[in-house]
Amino acid sequence: MSKAVTQNSCSYCTPLGASLAFKGIENAITMLHGSQGCATYMRRFLISHFREPIDIASSSFTEETAIFGGGANLHLGLDNLISQYHPELIAVASTCLSETIGDDMNLHIKDYVARKKGESIPFIVPVSTPSYQGSHIEGFYLAVVALVQAFAKGESNPSGPVNVFPGMVSCEDLRYLKEVLKEFDLSYVMVPDYSETLEGGNWEEHHPIPPGGTPIQVLKHTGTARASIEFGQVISDKQSAAKYLAQKHGVTSARIPLPIGIRCTDIFYQTLEEISGKSIPFSLRKNRGRLVDAYGDAHKYVFGKRAVVYGEDDFVLSIASFLLEIGMQLSVCGGSGKGEGFEEKMMQLVNDNHAEVPIIYEGSDFKEIEMAAMEKGADVFIGNSKGYSISRSFDIPLVRVGFPIHDRIGGQRILHLGYKGTLNLLDLITNELIRTKQSLSSVGYSYI
Amino acid sequence: MPAIDVLKARQTQVFKKGQGEFEMDCNRKSLSGAVSQRACVFCGSRVVLYPVADAVHLVHGPIGCAAYTWDIRGSLSSGPELHRLSFSTDLREQDIIHGAEKKMEKSVRDLVAKYQPAAVFVYATCIVGIIGDDVDAVCKKLHRELELPVIPVHSEGFKGTKRDGYRAACDALFKLIGTAEPEKPEPISINIMGEFNLAGEAWIIKNYYEKMGIKVVSVFTGDGRVAEIKQAHRAALNVVQCSGSMLGLAQMMKEKYGTPFIRVSFFGIEDTSNALYDVASFFKKDEIYKRTQELVKSEVAEIYPLLKEYRKKLKGKRAAVYVGGAFKAFSLILALRSIGIDVVLAGSQTGTKEDYEILKDMCDDGTILVDDSNPIELSRFALETRADIFIGGVKERPMAMKLGIGFCDHNHERKIALAGFEGMMNFAKEVHDTICSPVWNYYRKKAWYE
Ligand code: SF4
Ligand code: SF4
Repeated sequence: MSKAVTQNSCSYCTPLGASLAFKGIENAITMLHGSQGCATYMRRFLISHFREPIDIASSSFTEETAIFGGGANLHLGLDNLISQYHPELIAVASTCLSETIGDDMNLHIKDYVARKKGESIPFIVPVSTPSYQGSHIEGFYLAVVALVQAFAKGESNPSGPVNVFPGMVSCEDLRYLKEVLKEFDLSYVMVPDYSETLEGGNWEEHHPIPPGGTPIQVLKHTGTARASIEFGQVISDKQSAAKYLAQKHGVTSARIPLPIGIRCTDIFYQTLEEISGKSIPFSLRKNRGRLVDAYGDAHKYVFGKRAVVYGEDDFVLSIASFLLEIGMQLSVCGGSGKGEGFEEKMMQLVNDNHAEVPIIYEGSDFKEIEMAAMEKGADVFIGNSKGYSISRSFDIPLVRVGFPIHDRIGGQRILHLGYKGTLNLLDLITNELIRTKQSLSSVGYSYI
Repeated sequence: MPAIDVLKARQTQVFKKGQGEFEMDCNRKSLSGAVSQRACVFCGSRVVLYPVADAVHLVHGPIGCAAYTWDIRGSLSSGPELHRLSFSTDLREQDIIHGAEKKMEKSVRDLVAKYQPAAVFVYATCIVGIIGDDVDAVCKKLHRELELPVIPVHSEGFKGTKRDGYRAACDALFKLIGTAEPEKPEPISINIMGEFNLAGEAWIIKNYYEKMGIKVVSVFTGDGRVAEIKQAHRAALNVVQCSGSMLGLAQMMKEKYGTPFIRVSFFGIEDTSNALYDVASFFKKDEIYKRTQELVKSEVAEIYPLLKEYRKKLKGKRAAVYVGGAFKAFSLILALRSIGIDVVLAGSQTGTKEDYEILKDMCDDGTILVDDSNPIELSRFALETRADIFIGGVKERPMAMKLGIGFCDHNHERKIALAGFEGMMNFAKEVHDTICSPVWNYYRKKAWYE
């Protein structure tokens, strides 16, 4: 037994990630197979970040369901969702409860479809997401895999689109990625794409399901794509949509780091260059130049500053890589994933850069991070808003990035990716450090 | 029935005042597939027990239940803040297979050693109810060995509704009550129940009673301390706010200790004044009554002119009210009326049949009443009734705002004190600032490019 008690967890449950991923499909709604509480809590958690309507249904287990199985509830739930939402897709994610009682969700769904033979019903895609097996990011990846498994058709084709599996990034990131793909003249299928569903405009009337998302018809083309790009270095094969498509549909896959920082972004654009046969567009080159120039502007303020970075494993890896590019020092790196490989990748990064070894945690909680930060020292926290209580008690700044951001508005609009996103992060981090220096100084410098 | 397609099975939970006889079919389990705004048994327990600030709250189960409730509420403490931390046994697959009693036991021991709490509450969540951990036995053993109360809270989410969670929490508190005696019992003393000190509200209310010359033995559970709860049976009267959460405890105390209780609300001028006068009358002492009169008079005199100003500006605006407990809805309707606003939609997550009867009597014809509603219903009704402001919990916020309906958070997560006389001022200001914001103008008109 490692630690018995988790204090102020960094990771959330598997179905949360799945629910988020399913928000990126057009006219889809998610139902969690389990008790009501889980769905309500997850909705609340997501809404506090996105500040958009987010409906997640529940099959509302009762004591009888827990004893006799969830079939009847699931069927009733599907009926009700169909009549209220008229969705094209119902995604059903399991929870700890349905998994623990060994409820056979797939079988219930099969029965349902058989029962409804001849009627037109939406697609139903199940995904198994017990929280005791993973964390939110694993749930996210598993949902994406479930989607391509359900819809991908055909064989890879050189004139097909490119698949993009961006992972858990912000709405602004998704929009930016689409712009970049356009610059390379690439047609694409992005799974998921919640840039509109989770950050849309105002409404004249209520939409049970917010408009936007990747249409199911388009999802089918993931099978005939010319290549897949998947961001993530620690995604297991089982959780990799790119891997699945490579095996089943012969789609070449590029599983590359989340493009944050110059090195990781270079890899991304070179990959696009190869796939599209088009050299990196001028505008992007210009962005790179601007970023390099800004590195120069910032270097004195950031050099040697110690950073505590936490969040999803891949997010931490790419942010850490970027911080080393600008001469910052990693003090603590806490990955929230419950998978493996994070520590190893982290060590590799540190060694490649001949950097000082930070304290690294897998599946970390904020108590651990706090103790480690105390030991190693820290000048800035970089991560989601859940680090606020530590940053406050340490009295050092927190740069809010990633997910979730519950104490500021605009978390969904933070750009992290590409040269442009990196530039944004650089400004945020550098200015926080400058602000601290400025407010600590008795002089009150007005030029820094 | 209102002209929207309400789920068939929900037709008995929606009602339009002025359209025939009707009985609200409430306190049902949420319907499968409906996107309910309700949480679960655990949520109910957490809401009630969570503000006890010197206890460790250990959530026994997989990570979610604890992670989502970490510091979500604005219950303030004047001292220790253990309640703001989130402790979970974070069950993994091996624990599910082999049972997690040992892990839970070790967690409690570690936490007690580390934080020296005055008590430990162990919340058994869904999975624990399935894997069959004997939480009671482990707690009992720990209680004995650690010589401090280690109290199991049976809050398996699927075993009922939020109300059952309230009951589980009341059971847990009841175990603490009567386990210590005050040095000298005060004859003129009360417990305040169902007050969670959101944004410091318990302090406002406590202050009123103290000014009246009444000792507050313990507040359940805002700014709560285990030692005070233990002595609560020595208070002469229980003053119970909010219909849902703590009435059960007051009833149990009446049975066992003979403590009478009265039900009050601290929202709005009318209800707050009544809450003070009712307690004053209970003690039948002239000087208390006089002090109460003076207090109410001076407080009202202070805010009345300001409220009148708001009333002028808000006259005829329409509000939709959807809150956790029906009792709160009553107070809100009165409070809104006092600043000139009509309630056009009212409902709650956990109201009882009697509650809805009262609600029905309070409302004007045409008001829509709902029980355990969902976003589709709420948004359609809000549009249909042309509400200017929606008063509800954090989950209703985006739905209302998308449609250009102002929103005021009246749930457990708010950060502005709304109780008492000063709370009424805050409330009026918030409602006013929301409704009168110019931003809504841009929602309704089509933009040039459309
Ligand atoms: S329904 Fe059960 S598992 Fe879900 S939050 Fe409530 S207690 Fe936890
Ligand atoms: S039971 Fe599992 S899925 Fe539900 S909230 Fe808890 S951890 Fe998440």
